[in-house]
Amino acid sequence: MKTNDVMLQTATKVVTFIILMFAIHIFFAGHYTPGGGFVGGLLTASAIVLLMLAYDIETVKKIIPFNYVMMTAIGLLLALGTASASIFFNVPFFTHAYDYFDLPLWGETSLHSAALFDLGVYLVVVGVTMTIIQTIGEDE
Amino acid sequence: MSLVFLIFLPILAACLVPLLFKKIGRIHTGWFVLIVPLVLFVYYATLLPITMDGGTRVSEFQWIPSLGLSFVAYLDGLSLLFSLLITGIGSLVVLYSVFYLDKNREQLHNFYVYLLMFMTAMLGIVQSDHMISLYLFWELTSISSFLLIGYWYTRDRSRFGALKSMMITVFGGLMMLGGFVLLSIMGNTYSIRELVSQAPELVNHEFFTWALVLILLGAFTKSAQFPFYIWLPDAMEAPTPVSAYLHSATMVKAGLYLVARFTPIFAASGTWIWLVTGVGLFTMFWGSFFALKQKDLKAILAFSTVSQLGLIMSLLGASALGFHVEDAAGTVFKYAAFAAIFHLVNHAVFKGSLFMVAGIVDHETGTRDIRKLGGLMSIMPISFTLAMIGSFSMAGIPLFGGFLSKEMFLTAMLAIAEFNLFSMDVWGVLFPVLAWIGSVFTFVYSFYFVFHTFAGKHKPEELPKHAHEAPIGMLVSPAILAALVIIIFFIPNLVGDWIVKPAVLAIQPFMYSSPDEVDIHVSAWHGANTEFFMTLGIFAVGALLFWSFRKWKRAYEVFPDTVSLNRLYDTFTYLSDGGANRFSAVYMTGFIRSYLVYMFGFLVLIVLSTLVLTEAFVLDLTNSAPVGIYGIVIIAALVGGTTTILFAKSRLTSIIALGAVGYSVALFFVMFRAPDLALTQLVIETISVALFLLAFYHLPKVSKKEERMGFKLGNAAIALGVGVTMTLVALASHSQKVLPSISEYYKETVYSEAGGGNIVNVILVDYRGFDTLFEITVLGIAGIAIITMIKLRLSKKEEQHENK
Repeated sequence: MKTNDVMLQTATKVVTFIILMFAIHIFFAGHYTPGGGFVGGLLTASAIVLLMLAYDIETVKKIIPFNYVMMTAIGLLLALGTASASIFFNVPFFTHAYDYFDLPLWGETSLHSAALFDLGVYLVVVGVTMTIIQTIGEDE
Repeated sequence: MSLVFLIFLPILAACLVPLLFKKIGRIHTGWFVLIVPLVLFVYYATLLPITMDGGTRVSEFQWIPSLGLSFVAYLDGLSLLFSLLITGIGSLVVLYSVFYLDKNREQLHNFYVYLLMFMTAMLGIVQSDHMISLYLFWELTSISSFLLIGYWYTRDRSRFGALKSMMITVFGGLMMLGGFVLLSIMGNTYSIRELVSQAPELVNHEFFTWALVLILLGAFTKSAQFPFYIWLPDAMEAPTPVSAYLHSATMVKAGLYLVARFTPIFAASGTWIWLVTGVGLFTMFWGSFFALKQKDLKAILAFSTVSQLGLIMSLLGASALGFHVEDAAGTVFKYAAFAAIFHLVNHAVFKGSLFMVAGIVDHETGTRDIRKLGGLMSIMPISFTLAMIGSFSMAGIPLFGGFLSKEMFLTAMLAIAEFNLFSMDVWGVLFPVLAWIGSVFTFVYSFYFVFHTFAGKHKPEELPKHAHEAPIGMLVSPAILAALVIIIFFIPNLVGDWIVKPAVLAIQPFMYSSPDEVDIHVSAWHGANTEFFMTLGIFAVGALLFWSFRKWKRAYEVFPDTVSLNRLYDTFTYLSDGGANRFSAVYMTGFIRSYLVYMFGFLVLIVLSTLVLTEAFVLDLTNSAPVGIYGIVIIAALVGGTTTILFAKSRLTSIIALGAVGYSVALFFVMFRAPDLALTQLVIETISVALFLLAFYHLPKVSKKEERMGFKLGNAAIALGVGVTMTLVALASHSQKVLPSISEYYKETVYSEAGGGNIVNVILVDYRGFDTLFEITVLGIAGIAIITMIKLRLSKKEEQHENK
C-alpha cells in the first residue's frame, strides 16, 4: 500500500494512541469490569495493525522494533512462572495470592498475582497475533 | 522439602547450561556440570549411616493435593544405593565426557541439558514413593534417553536407534502405568510403602496377576530383557559417555529397581518367581551367546549388559522365594537378594569402566570394529590394563569383584533347583544349567573383548587414525572404576555392610528388622562345593571355547539374519508406517472443505443421535424473553450477510460480508448483556478482516469453476444438520432446569476467593487458569506453525521429493 493516504495516516496517529491507552485501561480494569489480558492484547494488536494499514509493514517495523516471537516466549514463561511460583510457598500449583496495599498516588489498591499471569496472556496474544499478521503480510 | 528438592536439582541446574555454554566458551561446560552430581553424591554418602541402622528418610512435597498427587522422596537402603550409583557414576561420566566431547565441535549445551534431565529422572524413579510420580520420572528417562541416543541427529542410525528405544520403553511404561492403576485400586493407595504393608491381603485380589504382569512388562522393557532387549544394541549410537551411563550403569537398571522394589508385594505369587527368574536367566543365556557374534566393541558390551541384567533379574526372582520359606534365616534365598544387589554394584562399576575403555579405543583409533583392531597392548598399555580388570571381573575370575557375586549367583541357582514349591523341583534343573552355559559364554566374550582388541597383530593400515594412548584426563574415570573393582574384592564385607545389606532389607522386609540381621559374610574361598566345581568348569570350557573361537565362529552364520526379533520389529514398523500412510492418504485430501465435512458430520451424528437416543430433548419456552425489534433486525442482517457469502462473486465481497456476520453476532452479545464477549468479538472481527485484507493479494481469484459448483446435496444436508442440531441443543439446554446454574457459585465466591469482580476474567486467570495456560500455549504453537508454513517453505527440489 504505497498510496499516500494522508487522511488515514493523520487519523491513525491519533487513534492508535487512543486505542493503546484503552487497551492498557482494559487490561488493568479486567479484574473488576469487562476486559483482561486477552482483549487487551487483541486491542493492542489491532492498534498496530491499524498502523500497518496506514503506513507499511517496513515502516512499522522500524517504529516498533519488537521480536514478536520472543514476546510470545516471554509471555508464556511469565504465565508459567506465575503459576509455578506457588511451589516456593509450598501451596498447590497455580495458587494465586492477592492483598490490599496502600500505595502513594493510587490509595488503597489491590495487587493480585493473577495480574502477572494476565500480563503473560497479554504478551502471548499480542505476540502471536502480530507474528501471524506480519508473516502473512510480508510474504510475497 | 530438602530431599525432594535435591531430585530436581540437576534439572534446575540444566537451565543454566545453555547460558554457560554460550557465555563461557573457553571452559568446557562439563566442568560446571560436574559440580551437580558431585555435590549430590557427597550429600547422599553422608546419609549412609542412617540406612545402615535400618532407618529411612521421607520428605514430601504437595503437587496436586486435590487429586492426592504428591512427590514423596523416600530414602531407604535400596533407593540410597541407586542414588549413590546415579550420582557417583554420573560424576565420573561427566568427567570422562569433558575429555571425550570436543567443546568446539559438539553441541555441548544440548548434551548436558539432556544428561542433567536424565539424572533428575533417575533420582526421581528410585526415590519416589508415589506411583504416579514414579511413572512420570520413568517416562522422563525414556524421553531423555531418546534425546541422548539421537544426540547426533543428523545420522540415520542415531534417529532409528532413538526411536526404537523410545517405542519399546514407552510401550512398557504405559503397561506399567496400567499395573500401577490396578494396584492402587486394589490397595486404595498410590504409596508403595502402604502397598507393601498390605501385601498379604492383595494376593487374593482378582487384579493381582494382571497388575503383576503389567508391571513386569515395564521392568522388562526398561531393563532390556528378552524379547525386548533389541533396543539396547541400537541405543549404542549414542555418544560413549551416554552408553556408559544410561545403558549400563543406571537407566537400564531402573527395571531391576522396579522389580526389587515390588518384590515384597508380588513375591507371594509363583507367577512372579517363574517369570522374573525364567526371563532373567534366559536373557542372560541369550545375551551372552549373541555377544560373541558382534563385531562392534560397543555392541559386544551392549549384549553383555543385556546378559548381566538378566543375571541380576534372575537373582531378584530367586530372592522372592525367601518369602515362602518358614525358617528364613536358614535358607539360601537371602543369598539371592544379597547377590543381586552385590552384582548390581559390581556390574555398574566394571561395565562403566569397560564402556569408557571402548570409547577410548574408538576415540584414539577411529574405529570400534573388532576385526580391524588388535595388538593395541603395547600402544595403549593403560587402557589395556583397565580393560583387562573390567573384563576379568565380568568373567568372574578371582581377585576381581565380579568373582564374588558370580559365585553367589551359582549358589542361588543351585538352591532353586532343589526347591520344591511351584513345581520348581521338576523344571528347576534348567536353572543351574542355563546359568552355567550363560556363564561360560560370559567368560568367552569377556576374553574376546579384551584380547581381540589388545592382543594379536597390530593392523595400523586398517585404522582411520594413528593409534596412541588416551590423554590422562580420559583415563581417570575408568581408572577409578577399575580400582574399585579390585577394592571390592578385598573388602567385600565392608561394601556389604554399608550399602548391600540395607538394600536387602528393602527387598525382603518381612525377614529382617534391621540390616545387621542379614548375616551374610562374603568370602573368596567357600570350600570345595558344587559351585566351586562349576566355576572350575566355566574356566576350563570357556578357555577351550575361546582358544578355538576361530574354528567354530562360523556356527553363528547358521542363524539367518532374516529370522530375528530385530527383523520382526523392522517389518512391523515398516508395515505400520506404510499402512498408516495409505490410510491417511485416503481421507487427508488436503482440502479444508473435506475436513470441515468430517468435523461437522461427526458433530451432527454424535450430538443429534445422543439427543434422540437418550430422549434428552425438552422444550420449555415459559421463561423465554420476547423477541424485540432489535433482535429481528440483527437476525435479518445475519441472514443477509451469510447469504451474501454464499453467492458472492468476488473475494472482497465475501470478506466484507463475513465481517458483517461477525459484527452482528457481537451486537447480539451487547443486547444480551455480555460485554466481555462483545468486546472480544468486535476486536477479533476487526483484526481478522484486516488479516484477510492483508492476505487478499495472495489469494487466487474465485475461479469460474467454483462459481458453477452449484448445489451439492451432501453439503447442504450437513449444513442443515448442523443448524438444526445447534438449535435443538440450545433450546434443550435453555429448557433444562435440573441442575442449578453454575454461575451462582461464581457470583458468590468470586470476590471472597479470588478478590475480583469480573466473573469472566477471574475464571480465566484463576478458577480455570490451567485452561488459559494451555490455550496460550496452543496459540503460541499456532504462531510458530504459521511461521514455518510461510517462511520456511520447502525448496522446489524438496517439494518434489515430498510429493513422491
